[in-house]
Amino acid sequence: MLRDITLGQYYQADSVIHRLDPRVKLGSTILFIISLFVFDGAAGYIVAAVFLTLVINLSKVPFRFMVKGMKAIVFLLMITVVFNLFLTPGEPLFTIWKLKITKEGLRLAVLLAVRLSFLIIGSSIMTLTTTPNQLTDGLEKMLHPLNRIKVPVHEIAMMMSIALRFIPILMEETDKIMKAQLARCADFDSGNIIKRAKGLVPLLVPLFISAFRRANDLAMAMEARCYRGGEHRTKMKPLHYARRDFIAYAVVACYLVIGVAAGRLEPVLLAFVGITGGVSV
Amino acid sequence: MGIIKVKDLIFEYIRRDEEGNVEGITTAVDNVSLDVSQGDFVAILGHNGSGKSTLAKHLNAILYPTEGTVWVDGKDTQKDEYIWDIRQTAGMVFQNPDNQIIGQIVEEDVGFGPENMGVPTKEIWERVDESLKAVGMYEFRHYSPNKLSGGQKQRVSIAGVIAMHPKCIILDEPTAMLDPKGRREVIRAVRALNDVERITVILITHYMEEVIYADKVFVMDQGKITLQGTPREVFSKVERLKALRLDVPQVTLLAHELRQEGFPMPEGVLTKEEFRVALDNCVNKLF
Repeated sequence: MLRDITLGQYYQADSVIHRLDPRVKLGSTILFIISLFVFDGAAGYIVAAVFLTLVINLSKVPFRFMVKGMKAIVFLLMITVVFNLFLTPGEPLFTIWKLKITKEGLRLAVLLAVRLSFLIIGSSIMTLTTTPNQLTDGLEKMLHPLNRIKVPVHEIAMMMSIALRFIPILMEETDKIMKAQLARCADFDSGNIIKRAKGLVPLLVPLFISAFRRANDLAMAMEARCYRGGEHRTKMKPLHYARRDFIAYAVVACYLVIGVAAGRLEPVLLAFVGITGGVSV
Repeated sequence: MGIIKVKDLIFEYIRRDEEGNVEGITTAVDNVSLDVSQGDFVAILGHNGSGKSTLAKHLNAILYPTEGTVWVDGKDTQKDEYIWDIRQTAGMVFQNPDNQIIGQIVEEDVGFGPENMGVPTKEIWERVDESLKAVGMYEFRHYSPNKLSGGQKQRVSIAGVIAMHPKCIILDEPTAMLDPKGRREVIRAVRALNDVERITVILITHYMEEVIYADKVFVMDQGKITLQGTPREVFSKVERLKALRLDVPQVTLLAHELRQEGFPMPEGVLTKEEFRVALDNCVNKLF
């Protein structure tokens, strides 16, 4: 049934990654994504791959859940790879009919494919190990300084969490209205696009009316419970950094340093491999 | 002066047409006065549109009187500086359980009120635990509200109000959307609060069976209080209640009809137990 859907894609498990402060996870994910675009060359990506494997192992989330997220972008990935492969000018490697694959093109395509898949896997780890609620809390706390430039951070976070709370309720309601309209001979899935769009009107109008009514009720209930915005408000579950959170930050910092260093040292390493290879021959 | 005092309250809705011109005025609450003492269980009865919900919203400073005054714990609801005190003193539970639960987990929802009041974190947890225990929902504290039944959700809403440590709870038709089982659960929880915690309860309803435990009953019709007294006094007036389109509990009605037929039954029988005793007496007298 609709009511059983899980939001986001949280995977319940007891791991260090699950227990980390959501701010650490948000911040690290952003840093990781930036690092993917800064690294340029195989060494950096090897470091990133090692780091990812380590985190996936720690999170106790089965690898297939990470790959699930990839399915959505397979198509996008293919397009970028193909375009980069064939349309990058440079030194031609070989030609098939009129298409020619260049050395630069091959390099770019592989780089992009790796970048995109690491990006998706990296952010999946965050959403798989953090509940939407924790994410909202983390965002609120992280963006708190923006309050000074009059960004209503608390209000945005509150709206997000209310939206999350009401999604299943409204889904169920959509289901009910749909059944009620079907019982009255409404037709939702035949005809061309325009006809179908028109068919949705009897579904959307009652749904919107009910959503507004709910919003009105909820606002009154919140006021009755002394809600008056973010000021003077205390937290039932305040976010506190624990020792493991600082360790996590340190690990991420190490990863960045090693990654950048590996990128810098890549020519040296290659030369080294070359020399040892030469000697062995 | 009691915990809640209402004096000559009049509230008018202004009806407007599409251009915003005044079409007419509906007087939802018309010259109502009442006084509720600390620790009382008060029921307000009335059919749809009798003004009972409008009256309830005045007791929590959601609506303000057009004329007259409402005092909650001695504070005038029209004074802005008291508004948060009043909303904390007089908690309110609404009809639709889905539209008043804010948290995504039961315990977070119960903590919402204390969070708004600025209660320190440690005390919030104490309050949440004790209020969930008071309504018998402690085992469900980690559940998502979407997984609970209507009666359970409504008990969570009540716990959310109790966690604010109010002196008085106003329940605006809390059982109207529930099945009979959910209704019993909620009413049992409300009675326990009144008996054990001595919290003043104002229960607004149109279910007669729910008011027989009340200390005092007010019956509203067309914005006015037409009947008031103990449940026994009110339910003795079966014909009057029928004229107001209100149902009477079945045993009360049965006793009344027997009396009409000439049997020596008393008026205002409220429970099955009372009915049995009365019937025994009646049989003894006749035979």
